Amino acid sequence: MLKMMHIEKSFNIGTINEKKVLNDLNLTINDGDFITVIGGNGAGKSTMLNTIAGVYKAEGGRILLDGQDITYTSETDRARYIGRVFQDPMMGTAPTMMIEENLAMAYRRTKKRGLGWGISAKEREIYRSALAELGLGLEDRMSTKVGLLSGGQRQAVTLLMATLQKPKLLLLDEHTAALDPATSAKVLELSDKIIKENNLTALMVTHNMQNAIDYGNRLIMMNGGKIILDISGEEKKRLTIEDLLKKFESISGGKFTTDSVLLG
Amino acid sequence: MITTATLLSGLAQGLIWAIMTLGVYITFRILDIADLTVEGTFPLGAAVTAVLINGGMHPALAIFMAILAGCAAGFVTGVFHTMFKIPAILSGILTMIALYSVNIRIMSDKATVAIEKPSIKKLMQNLLPEGTASNTISIILGVAVCIVVVLLLYYFFGTEIGCAVRATGSNQNMARSLGVKTDRIIILGLMISNALVALSGSLIAQLDYGSALVTMGQGTIVIGLASVIIGEVIFIRKDRNFAVKLAAIIAGAIIYRTIIACALTFSFLKATDLKIITAIIVSIALALPVIKQSIAERKLRAENARKLDAELLTADMGGEQNA
Repeated sequence: MLKMMHIEKSFNIGTINEKKVLNDLNLTINDGDFITVIGGNGAGKSTMLNTIAGVYKAEGGRILLDGQDITYTSETDRARYIGRVFQDPMMGTAPTMMIEENLAMAYRRTKKRGLGWGISAKEREIYRSALAELGLGLEDRMSTKVGLLSGGQRQAVTLLMATLQKPKLLLLDEHTAALDPATSAKVLELSDKIIKENNLTALMVTHNMQNAIDYGNRLIMMNGGKIILDISGEEKKRLTIEDLLKKFESISGGKFTTDSVLLG
Repeated sequence: MITTATLLSGLAQGLIWAIMTLGVYITFRILDIADLTVEGTFPLGAAVTAVLINGGMHPALAIFMAILAGCAAGFVTGVFHTMFKIPAILSGILTMIALYSVNIRIMSDKATVAIEKPSIKKLMQNLLPEGTASNTISIILGVAVCIVVVLLLYYFFGTEIGCAVRATGSNQNMARSLGVKTDRIIILGLMISNALVALSGSLIAQLDYGSALVTMGQGTIVIGLASVIIGEVIFIRKDRNFAVKLAAIIAGAIIYRTIIACALTFSFLKATDLKIITAIIVSIALALPVIKQSIAERKLRAENARKLDAELLTADMGGEQNA
């Protein structure tokens, strides 16, 4: 269980450009939750994910993971518990390394690295069957450099890497936004499958309202660095895009600002 | 005149300089950092060795101390770069400049320190048959050291930590998201790299110069890059085994030294022209991919234009016939 309490996060502190992005944010993520996160540009979605992951450290508030205070632990320490997939397909994999080497790096996410071999024959079998699950034929190309893969393939590999060692929390930061519609749908299906099969707890930021409604058991909407809507269970299943827009307007007193939300 | 002696000297020097080149390869190609520290680390290794040998230390131990000094220099650059976020190039320059003063201090305010007591060269001479040529000693020692270094590097970059170094050089963001403490890894890489450069400086001082010079590091980075690039251009095709890559880098260093040795036999070139020759070699090698691509693009454009013209021409003729 992850608990965020009264989180405050600003950028460019002490300068004229100081900007408060997370403003008294409170969120409790229960084990097994698959939460979709929506909100306009600048609502604080990515900042929230990065604050959970430890890329940014909050100036105020507390983050508890299974009761343990991780507010100020480093990004690399949190990597033991948290798996991440990024918006940019280039960000999650090492292009000059082979697919199997990338997976071997991910396989060691939860362990201390030493002077043992970086990859073993036994592991290769694990990777082969895991890659086969993706259904992209990558199991026969394990010694291909990741830089030669397409964006969709790289994103699928990153997804696999984030979940190879079961994370306590999986963070998906608009991980299909840079892909074409067909690939995006496929990666999304894969994400859903992996999350369900491994019973993972996940947080998925998306700009696509329909996806936010279709996937997961809980939906949160952010605005101005706060969570303004938190819907789960039966209520979420009955949601429509129109409902969401109306709710947004009534709560925030303004129009939903980004076109992409409507177009999605 | 290019003689066997010239080629042998190229080989002998190349093997020793190759150790430095391997160091540059680690930072430049694996960590993706152009580390200028090496300009100071190379004479540092020489200075430490010369002073310690003159002080009565066994050459082997003096070499070891030179390696440690190199590690320390790499550590300083690494801290500048990772902890204080100073750009890598500038971090290297800062350490390099600082090392100039440090090196002169080590050499007791002198710009040159001759090695007066038996160096590793003398020890080798005692082991080998009398009258063994100086180049032969360098070649034997060079080959031995290169083999050991390549084996160690090959093993290291296959380990979990070694993979973390490669991943950090390839994509820091990915490495961090998988729990790699990239700052420490970068510092480690810089330490290993500079250790090799200092080792190379120590051996050059003992085998070639017979002394340590504060200026002997000038151009080290460019020489290293030249050797790396020559090795890659000639020997490395895609997806080569890592050990082959390392061997190619060594070959690059030998070729570079041989080119220089041959160039210096031409009467119209002076020893001081060496640096401009190096600069030209490196500039050409670095510019080559861009030039190649631009030529290929022009060719394709010209070809397509020809095709289009031909098509338009036949279309015109077709039109006339119909009319």
